[in-house]
Amino acid sequence: MTGRRPRWVTIAALLTPAVTVVGVLFVGGLGLGVAQSFGYQPFLPDWDWSLDGYRALWRDPAVTASVGLTLRVAVVSTAVATVLGVAAGLRLHSLVRGRRTITAVFASTLAVPHIVGALAMVLLLSQSGLLSRFAHAAGLASTPADFPALTADGFGWGIIAEYVWKETPFVALVVLAALSGGIDELHGVARTLGAGPWQRLRHVVLPLIAPAVAAASVLVFAFSFGSYEVPALLGRPYPAGLPVVALQYQRDVDLNARPEAMAVAILIAVVVAAVVAGYLALIRRLSGRPL
Amino acid sequence: MRRLRHPVSAALMLLGVLIPLVPLVLWSFAGRWRYPGLVPQQGTLRGVRLLADPTSQVLAGLGTSVSIGAAVTLLSLAVGVPAGRALGLYEFRGRNLVRLLLVAPALVPGLAVLLGTQVFFLRYGLADTLAGVVLVQLVPTIPYVTLVMAGAYANFEVDYERQAALLGARPWQVQLHVTLPALRPALTVAAYFAFLISWSEYALTLLIGGGTVKTLPLLLYAYAGGPDPTEAAAVALVVMLPPLLLMALVVRGLSGRGGTLGLVRS
Repeated sequence: MTGRRPRWVTIAALLTPAVTVVGVLFVGGLGLGVAQSFGYQPFLPDWDWSLDGYRALWRDPAVTASVGLTLRVAVVSTAVATVLGVAAGLRLHSLVRGRRTITAVFASTLAVPHIVGALAMVLLLSQSGLLSRFAHAAGLASTPADFPALTADGFGWGIIAEYVWKETPFVALVVLAALSGGIDELHGVARTLGAGPWQRLRHVVLPLIAPAVAAASVLVFAFSFGSYEVPALLGRPYPAGLPVVALQYQRDVDLNARPEAMAVAILIAVVVAAVVAGYLALIRRLSGRPL
Repeated sequence: MRRLRHPVSAALMLLGVLIPLVPLVLWSFAGRWRYPGLVPQQGTLRGVRLLADPTSQVLAGLGTSVSIGAAVTLLSLAVGVPAGRALGLYEFRGRNLVRLLLVAPALVPGLAVLLGTQVFFLRYGLADTLAGVVLVQLVPTIPYVTLVMAGAYANFEVDYERQAALLGARPWQVQLHVTLPALRPALTVAAYFAFLISWSEYALTLLIGGGTVKTLPLLLYAYAGGPDPTEAAAVALVVMLPPLLLMALVVRGLSGRGGTLGLVRS
């Protein structure tokens, strides 16, 4: 803004507030979490460094069962939301009339808090929910118990349904944005060269949107792996989602549960960080190389 | 591809989005809705009365959520807009590292990272306080504000600022009359994201607020676990409608931008 200040002073002044907040709370929080997972307890007089928190992870059936559930839910939700989102994004892009309105309505779930979505899924999918009543009306079930348990179930169907409902429009918007840059011309060229619809999809459209879609699905995975309120409301107490286990142990009156709670939290962070790092490595390998 | 162009597929998409909300809306006005009825047997305004009833704490929760949302939005703009300016306008050493640091909280689940900070908030007397909840919610909001603004500044013609300064405008006048109007769409989107994230936040509010700071999502969770779906659904509508209405306003304000909210281009 003022030409007299050295450039680095301006940059440092602009960055300091954000870097301070994120540095103290995010990096500092991660450090505190790691320290506590190894036994550091500032409010206990006789704490000691140990691996007990991590040892407890392997021995604790609540955690091992939770890892399976959480991974399954995150992988299935991400896969389904990505496939449906790409299809929906392509469909929205191909709309001629009413594209803006239809896109706006379709994207409206982005503004709905997950906790509302979770309650909506309970009222829709539970054994006395609306879907079960339609099954009754169709003669497929005579009592609520005849309807399969889709909420508070062992597999996590209700949790998956909520994530797919919320995240499919997100992926679709990412696809729309990726398509906004000159896809129609490429399409025209490919058609002139004699490419059929499937060839155009396979060799023109999908390579163009692949990086953005991959980034979006990493975000969906990270969210569905680390979110608390959806598995808390739609899942079972056992096995519960990993974030539910972490917060439950953290709030336990027994302070000896703290290191394990922190170890669960660090496990979540490490899994998500590994997936993000894998994505970044993939992008680096593919960038510059025509798909 | 021809089959895909059939209008049925677009209608199915909209149904898929809207159907889960149907039982929610019906329940909030259902006095009696026994299995296997497809529609409520009896209507009621019990849900509406609950919202106005002071013992239900819904109005108080609305106040708490609005205050926290406003504070988080303003603070994350105050912190994130300058950071976006630095990342969008300048090339400097360590830029990628700073960008990674400021984006990381959007990728790594907040609860996993912030669980360890509870001792920090306790030590500084911020646990169970409104201020503590506002502070912790800045972590997930700052990345979005920074990213959106970095994208906007990267396309911003900084020469306009120089010209205004040459013409004698003071720095604050340049910001107010040149920069701010040029960046208004991005600022609107950034503010909306920050508010939406704060408004929807559950786990971090519970962790740091300890159940004393009762925002609407915390109240809704309690009602969702309660015996009365009518009350839970009514509270859910109060949680859902403000961000939906704001989104409609934002999209209308940015009309001509394809309705994608500039989400990913930035």
